[in-house]
Amino acid sequence: MRVLSIVFLLLLSPVVVGQSLYQQLGEKEGISSIVEEMLYRVGGDERIVHHYDGVDIVRVHKLITEQVCDVVGGPCDYSGDTMKVSHEGMGVTHADFNALVEHLIIAMEKHNIPVSAQNQLLAKLAPMYGDIAEK
Amino acid sequence: MIKRGLLSAAALVLAVSPLTTFADTGSKLLATGGASTIEGAGGGGIVPWATLSSYADTGEWGATVNISEVAVDDFRLSVQGASLSWNNRVELSYAQQTFDLSTIGGELEQKVVGAKVRLFGNLVYGDWPQLSVGAQYKKNQKFSLPSAVGALDDSDTDWYVSAAKAWLDGPFHRTWVANLTARRTRANQIGLLGFGGDNEQNAKWVAEASVAAFLNRYWAVGVEFREKPDNLSFAKEDAWKDVFVAYFPSKTVSVVGAYTDLGSIAGLDDQSGWYLSLQAAF
Ligand code: HEM
Repeated sequence: MRVLSIVFLLLLSPVVVGQSLYQQLGEKEGISSIVEEMLYRVGGDERIVHHYDGVDIVRVHKLITEQVCDVVGGPCDYSGDTMKVSHEGMGVTHADFNALVEHLIIAMEKHNIPVSAQNQLLAKLAPMYGDIAEK
Repeated sequence: MIKRGLLSAAALVLAVSPLTTFADTGSKLLATGGASTIEGAGGGGIVPWATLSSYADTGEWGATVNISEVAVDDFRLSVQGASLSWNNRVELSYAQQTFDLSTIGGELEQKVVGAKVRLFGNLVYGDWPQLSVGAQYKKNQKFSLPSAVGALDDSDTDWYVSAAKAWLDGPFHRTWVANLTARRTRANQIGLLGFGGDNEQNAKWVAEASVAAFLNRYWAVGVEFREKPDNLSFAKEDAWKDVFVAYFPSKTVSVVGAYTDLGSIAGLDDQSGWYLSLQAAF
């Protein structure tokens, strides 16, 4: 039972109060370096790096940063294409999508983003699965 | 027994882990391979889940080996199992169970061969739960005692349907997973006491459920519940329950510890105690 109460405390305690999700992610600067770390890891991942052959990665970095900033309520307006249009015909599989999400999670971990904020961002991105991955 | 089993599994894990690199382990997200059940299938500890064991995603193969020990007041269950899965679509599993009747004396044995297929849906993405169907062929290998207390058959097949869903940002901003399983079975004490009995000969549907919360992506806590038939008149059979803590330090190893309540078994009431399970995935 003692184990259970410790576990329960753990469950409750890391909920950061008073800070918006945007702030917990380190605002624009923090988001930019998280996305950079994610793309850097994607670049070393033989499972998915082929999708990025010939892609202007600086542009993609700028657009994903903008988009994340936008969906978490930051002062940004995403200026790129829809997820459907930009990933059309790419043949992104369930495995590919998970690989990218995994790099994002590790990037957030490295930036010491609280689990609660990580989960909130992931929950905002996960619904894009249907538009990005192939059926 | 626990100690020797766990140590040899740990040695096995250590021996193979340097050979597997991160991408080789499979592309499913950490912990979405679940743990191993005592019947070999991927799931919680006692409930098979709609998730498939290992981290094999689109186009990938995966395998697990696992051992589990359940020690309650008058009994002890030891399980060695393995599974193979492909494409996050099909899972084949095997488990060898030894049930030590510590107080009564003697032991029971059973092997379970299982297959599970994911029909549709996805644990993490989309609005629909992941839905799978499975079968478990069970063969009791020490049938004289079960037969003496009224069991009809020494082998049978359980059929089940499972639905599982994860909420990435659930209550307390934690990721939650729930699984519901409906099983058609005539197994007595999961088959360790044979199949069918003098009270009830036929299979019936029973409900099983699990709920887990991830504190972070390495640690989860949860509860499980498993309804069971009550076919034998010599002793009543109860539902099984447990409260567990699961640890997923990497995609190669996972450990589950639980406090478990197995109710009445073979006339001995209030069987509660500990459950420990170790899995290695490739
Ligand atoms: C939640 C997941 C994802 C998000 C939020 C996301 C976001 C974006 C954004 C904002 C762009 C720029 C759109 C534009 O060009 O206007 C983009 C482009 C791109 N994405 Fe994704 N993406 C995701 C998943 C993936 C996955 C899983 C892959 C493949 C493994 C992928 C591969 C690409 C590639 C190759 C481009 C460049 C397309 C081009 O410029 O021709 N994305 N993504």
